[in-house]
Amino acid sequence: MRNLKTDYFEDLQLFKDGLQLFWSAVLLLLLFALPFFVKTYYLTIINLMAVNVVVALGLNLLVGNTGQISLGHAGFVAIGAYTTVLLLKAGVPFIFALTASGLVTGLFGVLLGIPSLKLEGPYLAIATLAFGLAVTTVIGRMDFLGGRMGMNVPKISLGWTGLKYDQSLYYVIIIITILAVIATRNLLKSRIGRAFQAIRDSDIAASAIGINLTKYKLYSFGISAFFAGIAGSLWALYLGFINPTLFSFILSINFLVIIVLGGLGSITGSVMGAIVLTYLNLQLEDVVEIPILGDALLRFSELFMTATGVSNVSWFLTGFILILVVLFEPLGLYGLWLRTKIYWKRWPF
Amino acid sequence: MAFFQIDNLSKSFGGLKAVDQLDFQVQEKEIFSIIGPNGAGKSTIFNCINGLYKPEQGKILFKGNNLIGRRPDQIASAGIARTFQNLELFAHMTTLDNIMLGRHLSMKASIAAVLGLSFKRSKAAKEELQHRRKVEEIIDFLELESARDQFVSNLPYGKQKLVELGRALALEPDLLLLDEPAAGLTQEEREDMVFWIKDIRDLLGITVILIEHNMQMVQNISDRILAINFGKPITTGTPEEVLGHPEVIRAYLGEDITQV
Repeated sequence: MRNLKTDYFEDLQLFKDGLQLFWSAVLLLLLFALPFFVKTYYLTIINLMAVNVVVALGLNLLVGNTGQISLGHAGFVAIGAYTTVLLLKAGVPFIFALTASGLVTGLFGVLLGIPSLKLEGPYLAIATLAFGLAVTTVIGRMDFLGGRMGMNVPKISLGWTGLKYDQSLYYVIIIITILAVIATRNLLKSRIGRAFQAIRDSDIAASAIGINLTKYKLYSFGISAFFAGIAGSLWALYLGFINPTLFSFILSINFLVIIVLGGLGSITGSVMGAIVLTYLNLQLEDVVEIPILGDALLRFSELFMTATGVSNVSWFLTGFILILVVLFEPLGLYGLWLRTKIYWKRWPF
Repeated sequence: MAFFQIDNLSKSFGGLKAVDQLDFQVQEKEIFSIIGPNGAGKSTIFNCINGLYKPEQGKILFKGNNLIGRRPDQIASAGIARTFQNLELFAHMTTLDNIMLGRHLSMKASIAAVLGLSFKRSKAAKEELQHRRKVEEIIDFLELESARDQFVSNLPYGKQKLVELGRALALEPDLLLLDEPAAGLTQEEREDMVFWIKDIRDLLGITVILIEHNMQMVQNISDRILAINFGKPITTGTPEEVLGHPEVIRAYLGEDITQV
């Protein structure tokens, strides 16, 4: 195994070595071959995971890397989704609608970032929380956005691919997600990503070495919202129908849980967190059907939490996961992954 | 016109006058030390120069331009870098990234440009590598090779101080403010620090203002010294003049030294 570097560019290139390139290629092939082997249902699960990955990448940039907080990311996802639907209805081609959704949402991100220059910690959390709630309330009152009833999302023209609509949509979502991962990775390796992390670790030192705090905090909010907007656009597309209740406060919390579970400030963490939590949430919807546990949870829930049964079991569990992560592995799944890697590298010592 | 000049500077916190109508001048390529007992207002002067504090009155002139009212990042781009008394490092980043951050102002790649970073021929990658070479020179200069890829929070205190110095040097400043560079260092590390500060002035041609409590070091290194107490100057002059001054001795050791 070669450990020594001979060129500084080796720290910038996408794949560390041939082995990493090989496994990435295998994963890529697998992802692209998938639609020919699995049922549409599984494709939609992967779609949902991918959309969550895109939101998590953006949110992690803001929370994990820049050290700001947002409890209103569902609001950004909503803005992205509604922008896309409006533009598609007006006959704008999807690629432009997608870009515009990202940019419009990014602009909202910058606007929300302005109070962040003065607010910190809990105060910023409240401001972003209010933003998230306000977005859905406002959308709910606008008739041209479908109000509380919601809107159908026009299908985009993917006939030229020669595949079924669901399959083509899967490719669109996967490709954009992969691009988002690469973009985030390059951003974080660059002067801009470093500036974000400098602000997180010490804003005094960051300003003393010439980083304009105002500019870079707004960049971070803007980019984070851009990702959420792109994700919202994709989400609308595969749901086929959107209404304001989809973008609830719980969704914002869910995004936060994803990045904390996955690992704050880590791209691998964003990806792992989104995949694991999306899967868990889906599985927990059927938790009552588990033989003994389901029954016990149902009774527990009715006794202590709510009369409606186990609808909140997934929240209960995500809360529990968060506590475990904070107590035992602050770097989340990414931390676990790192430890495993180091363990195998050093084995048998 | 002096290279760097402070005119009638005052800064108070509530009723406490931390800096009180202070004047001093620093010549180009000088090593200028500020000494004084704890709470004399030394770090407050640095925070005013660096733009973290807004003084109530006075002027801070650097190459003839008044720095008052400018933000810290603007002052950094004017050519003033600093270190902090209680290290302000980017603790969750590596030594390399910390020092690369010192190059932030000289790097220009935009958000759109950095997306191409993983392509060797992209402008962003070329810029990154060019500045990486500069940073490696600093790592070489401060002998930080073994710490390059370590998170700075895992480094021993002496190395952390060097990383902070390296980050300041990466700005290629004209004026370097060092806030107690030797505090907490071992005897050996302190001797190395003296050697590096002299090199910074002699080889890199950077003017240095430093705050320091170690009198041996101050005497050894300074061209001129300013002694202050209660935010007011006691005296300015060569190390021999200042360190032998009765007022300075009294400020440091107390009133009744002769009677003990």
